[in-house]
Amino acid sequence: MIRIEARETLSIYWKLGLPLMSALLALLLASLPLNLAGAPILESYKQMVIGVLGSKFAISEMLTRATPLIFTGLAATLAFRAKLWNIGAEGQLYLGAMAAVSVGTGVFDISGLILVPLIIFCGCAIGAAGMVLPATLKIRYGADEVVTTLLLNFIIIIFLQYMLEGPLKDPMGLGWPQSSPILDQGMLPPLMDRMRIHFGFIIAIFCAAVAHFMLIRSIWGLKLKAVGENMSAAKHAGIPVNQSLITAAAISGALAGLAGVSEVAGLKGYLTADLSPGFGYTGIVVAMLAGLSPLGVVISALFIASVFVGADSMSRAMGVSSYLADLVVATALLCVLIGGFVSRYKIVRIAKNGGKN
Amino acid sequence: MKSDPILSLKNLSKRFGTIKANENISLDLYRGEILALLGENGAGKTTLMNMLFGHYMPDAGKIEVTNASGEFINLALGNPKASIAAGIGMVHQHFTLAENLDAIDNILLGSEPLNQLRRRRKIAENKIISLMQESGLVTPLDIAVGQLTVGERQRIEILKALYRNVRILILDEPTAVLTPQEADSLFKNIKGMTSHGLSVIFISHKLREVLAYSNRITVLRQGKNVGEIATSDANEKKIAELMVGSETTLPRRQPASTGKPILKLEGVSALGRGLRDSLKNVNLTVMRGEILGIAGVSGNGQAALAAVLSGMTIPEMGTMTLNDEKLGNLDPAKMVSKGIGRIPEDRHRDGIIGSMSVAENMIIEGLSDPTFQTNGFLKREHIAAHARNLSDEYDIRGPGISAPAQLLSGGNIQKLILARVFHNKPKIILANQPTRGLDMGAAADVARRLIDARSRGSGIILISEDLDEILRLADRILVMHDGKLTETQTRDRATLGLLMAGQAA
Repeated sequence: MIRIEARETLSIYWKLGLPLMSALLALLLASLPLNLAGAPILESYKQMVIGVLGSKFAISEMLTRATPLIFTGLAATLAFRAKLWNIGAEGQLYLGAMAAVSVGTGVFDISGLILVPLIIFCGCAIGAAGMVLPATLKIRYGADEVVTTLLLNFIIIIFLQYMLEGPLKDPMGLGWPQSSPILDQGMLPPLMDRMRIHFGFIIAIFCAAVAHFMLIRSIWGLKLKAVGENMSAAKHAGIPVNQSLITAAAISGALAGLAGVSEVAGLKGYLTADLSPGFGYTGIVVAMLAGLSPLGVVISALFIASVFVGADSMSRAMGVSSYLADLVVATALLCVLIGGFVSRYKIVRIAKNGGKN
Repeated sequence: MKSDPILSLKNLSKRFGTIKANENISLDLYRGEILALLGENGAGKTTLMNMLFGHYMPDAGKIEVTNASGEFINLALGNPKASIAAGIGMVHQHFTLAENLDAIDNILLGSEPLNQLRRRRKIAENKIISLMQESGLVTPLDIAVGQLTVGERQRIEILKALYRNVRILILDEPTAVLTPQEADSLFKNIKGMTSHGLSVIFISHKLREVLAYSNRITVLRQGKNVGEIATSDANEKKIAELMVGSETTLPRRQPASTGKPILKLEGVSALGRGLRDSLKNVNLTVMRGEILGIAGVSGNGQAALAAVLSGMTIPEMGTMTLNDEKLGNLDPAKMVSKGIGRIPEDRHRDGIIGSMSVAENMIIEGLSDPTFQTNGFLKREHIAAHARNLSDEYDIRGPGISAPAQLLSGGNIQKLILARVFHNKPKIILANQPTRGLDMGAAADVARRLIDARSRGSGIILISEDLDEILRLADRILVMHDGKLTETQTRDRATLGLLMAGQAA
């Protein structure tokens, strides 16, 4: 018989060593299918590292990939802190992106100094509305937000497809379902010449820093923590629970909307229905890996982006299927999550004995 | 009676982490006797019984028991099935009954083989009826347990054990939820059963019933067996000393003159969890400098009354007046700001946020106080200083003010809540079961602080199931039954017991 018990204390070695060990174990496990696919393992991993850190371009690609993950990771973190399970960051991301192209593609031909903040504001506002709605349904009618946010994703994506075939369709787009491009002065400026990394990354880091500061230093953060950790006691202590939940929902939705704004107005320039390869869902993983800490979100978004980008580049360099890249990513996530579990719990063997005199 | 023991615990030890829950405990139980296991909370009573029942695996020691054919055998440890087979049955303090099933199904649950097609309900029913006649524990058999009273549910729990032919019955705080009359009748029935050969261990910390009904008393303190006495040689003082290790007496109020009325409830009705637990047209007046005791068996409207006074429930009808000001649109924050301090019944659920620090828990009701924040940002030095001051003043012991509050012991958590409430110098204090689950030292401290608050002029509403506590502390007594309050002048336990059971005295 075995039993699982919570660890009482955790030494600093465990805390630092476990993620490292988990990552190593993931690479070890992933080497098995790599070997079966006929790729030399050490060379493959070398290519993976080169793909992430090998050049200025590689690093910039990794940071570009991490940008939307930081936003969606923060969106999940803030909602989850209040025990508000926002699974709808994907939909909110597209709401933000739609808002960005709605105001940014020529309706207002104004200076970038006004247009960029306007695009960001609209993206945040619509994203926020996309989360405040399910939160209100939860508070007023007890509707489970896991279900409503998840299903809203599908509704929003179908609505997006309609918009891209109808009102938002680019008349110059040769019939492709895509929006008109955002005006040049409405784009977030790039950070480096001839690289894709853009100002959205700076906004993402700034948001993480602000979120961290607000959570540990502000009354708002304290209330959010109280509501999330023990709603009954928070209510008893006179904290306006519903107001805290709505605020958390609004900020979470706004951050997910920002992810959409940043992808459209920072990277692609126009909106298509495949803007996000599941950034909203990956954001949940990012947040869990980070232990719901905003600064941790930055680190875990960088880690996940590295695995994505590195595995992609490895599969290209070694000529193996790109599915192997997905496999490496999945193994790495599983290992880190199990590592997190091991760090919090231990498995104890229970001996059996006894008998007749 | 003193022949060979039928149960013998030998040198049992059990540690949880660094805490020695049980250390080298030995204990014998004889046929047909009632052994009372006494001790404060955390003394190790429940751990010991859980090892006996096979829920916990002892670190050292062994348990010997006579089997059905009378041989003395070594009990397989950490194995509930072996304990049941050896005729050991346990009735937990919190009942484990399925509320949607009737008594027969609940009694059969778990003892019926799963692989038989026809259920032999009639045979079982006859056996249960004869058990009821033998034991005197009578309960309706064909009504869903959810509709029965607490006393009836407890009888079903005991019948469930008897149905499995137990020879050793363990009762964990059996009277915690009973009126004094129900408790007396329970013990009379148990006495009757022991004359037929049943042996009983009952866990309690009510000295009165231990002295009245047991044959022998074993006292545990800090995981050790600190003494065994025959009940005939024992008295309250002697046992209390054994339990606490020194002489601790629970404080008693001194009569005092009360002032003018502060809080008035008129015609208040409010919904509770069920009909019985809803407030029905309640009138209540609290004076300055008095402790108003509300006695009663829990589940009779105390929760709804506390919810109204804490601002958690808005009454359906009626008015609340505080110092001639009518209170409307109540919520918890407003109650705090009006000077109503609340000590909740379930301190872990409503009183603290366990994962947050001691310091944070101390300011959680005062987040708009400019001492603790400017423009919405925490003044961390002030908060820490406040927490250190309160920790010293209220003698809160634990790993420190920045440690999570859940690491504190129950008594220290209660002190934290008292510190938070009393610091605001409330006009009214609602103390709902303030000493439940606390050891004697901590309970004495809480009682002392309530009396101090009374002499500072606060009006205190003390809701308690412990009639002795009400008698010790309350200046005036109201009895709660079926959502209604009855004021009474009497201080006689039996009369109060009748009122608690809803019978006019």
